[in-house]
Amino acid sequence: MYRYDEFDYAVVKARVDQFRDQVARRLSGELTEDQFKPLRLMNGVYLQLHSYMLRIAIPYGTLSSTQLRMLAVIARDYDKGYGHFTTRQNLQFHWPALKDVPDILDKLASVEMHCIQTSGNCIRNVTADHFAGAAADEMADPRPYAEILRQWSSLHPEFSYLPRKFKIAVTGAERDRAAVQVHDIGLHLKKDAEGNLGFTVYVGGGLGRTPFVAKKIRDFLPEQDLLAYVTAILRVYNLEGRRDNKYKARIKILVHETGTAELTALVEKEFAHLKESELKLPESDIRAIETYFAPPVLPHRPEGDAVIARAIAEDAGFAAWARRNLQTHKNPDYASVTISLKGIGEVPGDMSAEQMDVVADLADEFAFSEIRVSHEQNLILPHVARADLKQVYDRLKAADLATANAGLISDMIACPGLDYCALANARSIPIAQGIAERFADQAVQEDIGDLKIKISGCINACGHHHVGHIGILGVEKKGAELYQVTLGGSGDENAALGDIIGRGFAEDEIVDAVDTIVKTYLAHRQDRHESFLSAYQRLGLAPFKEALYGSDAKVA
Amino acid sequence: MKILAANRLIDGIAVWLGPNGNWVEDIRDADVVRDATGEEQLLATARDAFGNNLIVDPELIDVDLIDGEVIPRRLRERIRAAGPSIHPNLGKQAARNAVVHLT
Repeated sequence: MYRYDEFDYAVVKARVDQFRDQVARRLSGELTEDQFKPLRLMNGVYLQLHSYMLRIAIPYGTLSSTQLRMLAVIARDYDKGYGHFTTRQNLQFHWPALKDVPDILDKLASVEMHCIQTSGNCIRNVTADHFAGAAADEMADPRPYAEILRQWSSLHPEFSYLPRKFKIAVTGAERDRAAVQVHDIGLHLKKDAEGNLGFTVYVGGGLGRTPFVAKKIRDFLPEQDLLAYVTAILRVYNLEGRRDNKYKARIKILVHETGTAELTALVEKEFAHLKESELKLPESDIRAIETYFAPPVLPHRPEGDAVIARAIAEDAGFAAWARRNLQTHKNPDYASVTISLKGIGEVPGDMSAEQMDVVADLADEFAFSEIRVSHEQNLILPHVARADLKQVYDRLKAADLATANAGLISDMIACPGLDYCALANARSIPIAQGIAERFADQAVQEDIGDLKIKISGCINACGHHHVGHIGILGVEKKGAELYQVTLGGSGDENAALGDIIGRGFAEDEIVDAVDTIVKTYLAHRQDRHESFLSAYQRLGLAPFKEALYGSDAKVA
Repeated sequence: MKILAANRLIDGIAVWLGPNGNWVEDIRDADVVRDATGEEQLLATARDAFGNNLIVDPELIDVDLIDGEVIPRRLRERIRAAGPSIHPNLGKQAARNAVVHLT
């Protein structure tokens, strides 16, 4: 993992002291709310329905056991005993008191964490594949580049007041698990014909009220040009982005209105000026950052196959978990474990302080003290010896953390929605709970197979509904919650936005509607190997529409 | 009918303006007004409290009085008055030991 150097420590400590002073001046009345609000947002403090909310950055979703334990301490001492992992690989506390936030930030700083740039019109937490450094299908670990981007973008004076927020995602595997094509900039690591590392560069993706899949503007960008090229993009955006209208201020609108070819030409022109500047990354710097992310020394553990075969024969629960929650590791003696935060009937992404402690202990004992947060609101132990999997499973099960549903219908993304969020129009979490309970049966879920449902409680789309295989958007209509459904979205390397199926469903109808959609898929699929998404791509909306709205819908 | 909702500056907790200018943590204690004069009085008190750094985000909200109980018209405000609908043990509803009817 990356370790803070003296500059990181000094910057974060200074920022905590600064915010402590700002909070004191706000509470004394020396600062007005108008003066204070942008300052608190720059430190991740939002005001929600019931209380303040504090958003903590988890760079590229990588956490140490020490950091997770500190999050548990904060949850217990300053919040209500739990935290919420988000689709940006961050963690939010929903109940902190403003007066306590400086102390919380002090505690975070002691474990190399902070809340800087988790809000505001700046470059936000850079996200990455949660299996980075472990996945068998990986070309290269994306995290060194994400860390370079983090260092470059932290408190960057030129890019602290952009037209709007700006999100960058990096992936290093063939399969895109970081949804890079729905980010402002998406970077997909690849090698050229000579074996040199570089990136395919996507720009202008995003969800929200005007969703777009990003446009590819560079097939191959050599790694040493990363900062020069990203600076060129940000510079064009900073100058040309729409500051006149908040709803048109993201770079996706600039790309759309300017046109990909012209926008690319502007970026390339700026890049030509910057290419040989101090932004060119020296090879030695890239390799130095890479050493922080060197995989742990993994002892030879060939006994895993025998241990697993025995455990599968003896324990059906373990067998299901092993089928769903393990990811193939580069080292055949190891696996990456998905710890589902989607227990049936639980709140997606929520985790109690006690569970955080359990996972931190497991990480120390079995996983080289490393934990990842996925944008799908689960946790990952990236490097676990297959021989230890049964022990890890048993301990997770005792902590209600062994739900065997990774990638299945009950493994949903859901934003906090109207239960917490001041922007939301409808609740998301109870819908997720209702769907999970409807499909709780393990055999039923596994028969349905891979299916991603994503739920947002408002048009801002924190729940990524546009890229859900089944997307659900909550709106308010005539004072009641109404849920609009989209089908066929995808956030992977074949990114696509879902198609709206028709009129929305009331709160007490939406679970039945999802049930009908799933039954329609099961009735129409060619066989068990045809996934929901593949079947939808073959069938289109028609059979689902008819099943939901009746045969009249065919002509509608 | 309206009441005035806000969040307390120091801890963000949802509060409502009660009689005599007190900020109350239970919506049942909120001061309900029925005309423009009453609304203006609530807003004036809230402006003072905002200026005195007691509360933020003051807002008049529509309510009904049903069986003598103050019920906000919007679900958003009903959830705010109760706590997260998914956690009956958290928020105002926990102290009241009862789940507020959301619909």
